[in-house]
Amino acid sequence: MSILVIAEHDNAALKPAVLNAVTAAVELAGHAGGDVHLLVAGENAGAVASEAAQIAGVAKVLHADGAEYGHGLAENLAPLVVKLASGYSHVIAAATSFGKNVLPRAAALLDVQPVSDISAVESADTFVRPIYAGNAMATVRSTDSVKLVTIRGTAFDAAAAEGGSAAVESTDSAGDTGLSRFLGQELTKSERPELTTAGIVISGGRGMQSGDNFAMLEKVADKLGAAIGASRAAVDAGFVPNDYQVGQTGKVVAPDLYLAIGISGAIQHLAGMKDSKVIVAINKDEEAPIFQVADYGLVADLFQAVPELEAALDG
Amino acid sequence: MKVLVPIKRVIDANVKVRVKADESGVELTNVKMAMNPFCEIAVEEAVRLKEAGTASEVIVVSAGITQSQETLRTGLAMGADRAILIQTDVALEPLAIAKLLKAVVDKEEPGLLLLGKQAIDGDNNQTAQMVSALLGWSQATFASKVAVDGDKLNVTREVDGGLENVNLNMPAVVSVDLRLNEPRYASLPNIMKAKKKPLETVTPEDLGVDVTPRVETVKVSEPPARQAGVKVASVAELVEKLKNEAKVI
Ligand SMILES: Cc1cc2nc3c(=O)[nH]c(=O)nc-3n(C[C@H](O)[C@H](O)[C@H](O)COP(=O)(O)OP(=O)(O)OC[C@H]3O[C@@H](n4cnc5c(N)ncnc54)[C@H](O)[C@@H]3O)c2cc1C
Ligand SMILES: Cc1cc2nc3c(=O)[nH]c(=O)nc-3n(C[C@H](O)[C@H](O)[C@H](O)COP(=O)(O)OP(=O)(O)OC[C@H]3O[C@@H](n4cnc5c(N)ncnc54)[C@H](O)[C@@H]3O)c2cc1C
Repeated sequence: MSILVIAEHDNAALKPAVLNAVTAAVELAGHAGGDVHLLVAGENAGAVASEAAQIAGVAKVLHADGAEYGHGLAENLAPLVVKLASGYSHVIAAATSFGKNVLPRAAALLDVQPVSDISAVESADTFVRPIYAGNAMATVRSTDSVKLVTIRGTAFDAAAAEGGSAAVESTDSAGDTGLSRFLGQELTKSERPELTTAGIVISGGRGMQSGDNFAMLEKVADKLGAAIGASRAAVDAGFVPNDYQVGQTGKVVAPDLYLAIGISGAIQHLAGMKDSKVIVAINKDEEAPIFQVADYGLVADLFQAVPELEAALDG
Repeated sequence: MKVLVPIKRVIDANVKVRVKADESGVELTNVKMAMNPFCEIAVEEAVRLKEAGTASEVIVVSAGITQSQETLRTGLAMGADRAILIQTDVALEPLAIAKLLKAVVDKEEPGLLLLGKQAIDGDNNQTAQMVSALLGWSQATFASKVAVDGDKLNVTREVDGGLENVNLNMPAVVSVDLRLNEPRYASLPNIMKAKKKPLETVTPEDLGVDVTPRVETVKVSEPPARQAGVKVASVAELVEKLKNEAKVI
């Protein structure tokens, strides 16, 4: 039996986390046997199916096209996954807002207990996943006949986007449940790298004091090619949009370099960034818990240190 | 319209969680417990719907051990009208919880279910989606805005790229996110009043649900610890270290 990856996309291009999910699927196939197939369900998403066919390690792309799949509605996608699942040992998705929305719904319809947000594959049925905001790691074994799993993108490398030559096969729609309608979206526009896949992330917290002050971080980010993140406190205060939130209940990031500016280091924040390769903290309080995880800590007023940092990057 | 709010008793968000030496789980004895923060947000939203005249009754329900009654009383003190405890000592999985909740829904026939998007202990982020599937209802996860519009529900969702707006048929299941509202603190008079509100106890057997786990916890271990780093004295030293020592810029 093979492994099915549910691909997230916007009908024009795949989301980067799909590549991490493919790596997890290839790893699973190493234990369970079988091939890796990718499901692209979308509306006029032929280009995405072709893109998916190029990914190294993918043997087949299943393409379902219809208006009912235009906006990733879980009510319509879940029955399609159910229809296909019987041919697979595992159905997986990245633990993004899309994957978290769709996969548990499909699992319930299949009478399967899904496994969320795994950070490692131990065997075909045994996985490691963080619980309690990453303060403990649970090793769990699924006894369901088909396993539905979401994977933590930062824990698996991205598969090569090119090099594969999978066949694209079209598959019938499972129909429109008509339960919900997509009305629209307000996406945060940014020229910067995507937060969860960026090599460098600079995040601001309550210490930034205002949204306007984030301009200081943007200048540094421009020089480093970094993405910008934030603590929950900064989002709740309205400094930046919700999709900037890093943490237990926001996004999980693990860049080569994470700079925490005016962030105290609450466990809920650490849960989203403590797997970063190098952590830098700038905070005026030398007792701030963020310094316990920082490789390099600078006790300083950020309003002085950040402009200095920006200037120093020119040299 | 009745609103049903499933709530969970969890380790308080401010407690530093410790893994047991025998790796069987985390230390729960003498640890402060509280209502899952996302569930507080769900209760708050339900109570606001009642205050606005949109909801006729707010029912809180929790599946778990006897002590979950305390969590239900907190929900009642926040303004819920009555409570249901589904009593069991089994460590419940979201699939089992979803089946239990479906049985309660079949009996109570609410028009809306409000759940937390995730419990801060299991961090599963599954229950709302699963109960919605079992009911065959519409779902909106990660809600930051909820508005009833006749027999439809408009929901703004927090998604990875920003915000998304969806329109749901009712009855519906919604999981709530941090920005939906700021939950109230229960006042002392309301805590007293809550003690007199009805709290019914049922068991999974009463509801005819098999709660046998499908996923076995092999072990629970400590996460890899990070090495404590160094303090640098200046921005110049920081940049020098990032360039020459860490080699990340
Ligand atoms: C259910 C739940 C879920 C949560 N999920 C998340 C999550 O996903 N992500 C998250 O981040 N948080 C989350 N939190 C919140 C978390 O507990 C903290 O409240 C939050 O992370 C604090 O943000 P902060 O560090 O920006 O603010 P604070 O804790 O207020 O810290 C501000 C820091 O800035 C420093 N500072 C102030 N001024 C200056 C200056 N001029 N120069 C230098 N330093 C300065 C201060 O010394 C302080 O350390 C969650 C909480 C709960 C209960
Ligand atoms: C160390 C550890 C070991 C465990 N071992 C096992 C095991 O061996 N077998 C097993 O079956 N389970 C086990 N569990 C329990 C399991 O992992 C989850 O805690 C449980 O499945 C519920 O998931 P969740 O709370 O993360 O759900 P989520 O889907 O994250 O919860 C979202 C929302 O669903 C609602 N909800 C969740 N739980 C309840 C509830 N009980 N009553 C009412 N509403 C609720 C709330 O509105 C909540 O906000 C273990 C947990 C831990 C921490």
